[in-house]
Amino acid sequence: MSPLVAGLVQAGILVAALAVVYRPLGDHMARVFEHKSHSKLEKAIYRFARIDPDAEQKWSTYAYGVLGFSLVGIVFLYVIQRLQALLPFGFDRGNVGPAMAFNTAISFVTNTNWQSYVPEAVMGHTVQMIGLTVQNFVSAAVGLAVAVALIRGFVRHQTDRLGNFWVDLTRGTIRILLPIAFVFAVVLIALGVTMSLKSGVDVDGQTIANAPVASQEAIKELGTNGGGVLNANSAHPFENPGEWTNLVEIFLILVIPVSLTRTFGRLVGQHRQGYVLLSVMATIWTAMLAVIWGAEASGLRPLEGKELRFGIAGSAIFADATTGTSTGAVNSLHDSYTGLGGGGALLNMLFGEMTPGGVGTGIYSILVMAVIAMFLAGLMVGRTPEYLGKKLGRKEVTAAAVSILAMPAVLLVGAGITAILPSTRGALNNPGAHGLSEILYAYASASNNNGSAFGGITATSDWFQSSLGLCMLFGRFVPIIAVLALAGSLAAQKKVPVTAGTLPTTGPLFASLLTGSIVLVAALTFVPALALGPIAEALQ
Amino acid sequence: MDNFLKQSWAGLRILLALTVLLGVLYPLAVWGVSRLPGLHDNAEAVGTTLVAVTREGDKYFVPRPSAATLPASGGSNKGELNEDYTKVVAERRVAVAQREGVSENQVPQDAVTASASGLDPHISPEYAALQVPRVARASGLPVEKVRELVAASTGGTFTTTVNVTALNRAIDAATR
Repeated sequence: MSPLVAGLVQAGILVAALAVVYRPLGDHMARVFEHKSHSKLEKAIYRFARIDPDAEQKWSTYAYGVLGFSLVGIVFLYVIQRLQALLPFGFDRGNVGPAMAFNTAISFVTNTNWQSYVPEAVMGHTVQMIGLTVQNFVSAAVGLAVAVALIRGFVRHQTDRLGNFWVDLTRGTIRILLPIAFVFAVVLIALGVTMSLKSGVDVDGQTIANAPVASQEAIKELGTNGGGVLNANSAHPFENPGEWTNLVEIFLILVIPVSLTRTFGRLVGQHRQGYVLLSVMATIWTAMLAVIWGAEASGLRPLEGKELRFGIAGSAIFADATTGTSTGAVNSLHDSYTGLGGGGALLNMLFGEMTPGGVGTGIYSILVMAVIAMFLAGLMVGRTPEYLGKKLGRKEVTAAAVSILAMPAVLLVGAGITAILPSTRGALNNPGAHGLSEILYAYASASNNNGSAFGGITATSDWFQSSLGLCMLFGRFVPIIAVLALAGSLAAQKKVPVTAGTLPTTGPLFASLLTGSIVLVAALTFVPALALGPIAEALQ
Repeated sequence: MDNFLKQSWAGLRILLALTVLLGVLYPLAVWGVSRLPGLHDNAEAVGTTLVAVTREGDKYFVPRPSAATLPASGGSNKGELNEDYTKVVAERRVAVAQREGVSENQVPQDAVTASASGLDPHISPEYAALQVPRVARASGLPVEKVRELVAASTGGTFTTTVNVTALNRAIDAATR
């Protein structure tokens, strides 16, 4: 097979697999959040937590739930890292330092999984399991919950109730993420991924670090988390040993964000509303794949930082999937990509992680962008915009704008300050425009809760640990609060009847409008920065 | 603020319950399943050929360059316009050409570029073919036999690659 054909076959298999599960999984997720009764396990959890699962919450209480849960998650994760030496399976890796533990705790709770640590040297199995793996599940479930709350805002009318955060969180975890992760963890082991409680294995006289990889690998991809169990992440042969595991992992990355468009369509009672969002996501994702793959295939040293078993296509598809969702796992080193290829991965994040975006975060981000798009369209024709039967007034558009602008604000401030700090020079791994790209990429990754890196950058100084930590925090929670506020004000409204003047949101006109808005917002915000980094490099 | 504290308290309890389920029971269940025959050797990487190990001596095939400093896996993270690194790659090319007694333009790209993990067990069929005469010479095996061993370690569905770790063990077995 020629490399081109082989790549197209891999992409084809991936699309076919996603198409097969799209409806059943999308419908299942919709039922999970609509279902009236609780399972025994869920009831036990609610009793233990002293929660009334049938009490619905206002948007503000829902938001307090998200923030409170995330806060205790950060504290718990920080504490167990700081006390790692006391925990079993630590292999003398000792307590994690305060700055690194701070950064890592925020990183995993915000679903970013930016890693300033080297797992093989720093993180023992216990913290990986009771800390990082747990957050891999629940941070994804938080994203799902917020997405569902926003969808309820469109569906419900004249109510101040958005559902119960604890129920949505628990159900998303137990009924969606856990069963899929378990099945695929076993599948991955069958295909060669390791699952060991030992610290390493002897291979022809050389000790290679090992870990309980498979259980974390499955949820790391499925929950669009991306934090490697081992330093090389999904490039490590123990995490991603072959061509088929590579496809399985890309599938896991994409499957929930893609299928959520079906869930959305079902919940709003019109499947075409979901398909149109999927078409926008797929168009941008495919275009970016063409850019990244094409750029890498014509690079000067395309195999630098890539594993031979994945080849250029298998690496490019993974790179597009991991940056188009907010995953951030890598099976090749984006730092060694060409100016255009690495710039493509960067741009994928700068679109705001909605093509198709992370678990839950993707669908709520693109819905927020749809609000912005309809607002722009309303300005053009001079009437109050509506979307899904709800009027988009001052409150709604303000919330949407805050949600969209949080990421660029923290990103550009963080990257801007870092670029002028004298200490930054020593942290870079490449000179010139590529060095600036390393900075931009780091702050884009943190602010978008992606977690992948131009990995040559040494981000272990207190400045990097704390500023990137804050970017992750604001990039995650400012949009979440804004989205829940938006959901609250939408749910309070009456339903507006469809009239001849209503702009239909299921056709190509709306799809183009939405695609244009995504591209335009990113372009207007980031072209100056991109011009100095990846674009300058690509033109050299 | 009261509401926030109340929700955080509920959050702590939910987190503890889910930590037992997701952080203890789930990984242990997966680990338990991985003890089954047929999965166990994968899980523990028994006799694994998934990672490359550099073997001393001319009778072995040489894997791709590694930028990893074990135990940490990883790569160079060098961009293609990095001039210092371009020199490193050029030096590698000279060294490989010298070692195999071929001209520099015959040296394939995977022979001079570092992989992402630093543990890539594979080389291209071209790089393997380049090394066959030297391995045959140093191991005392006939060239034909070495070619057979290379073919036996060649595979892949979308990309054809040669597994160096498996191949070098086959050389061991053949020269024992």
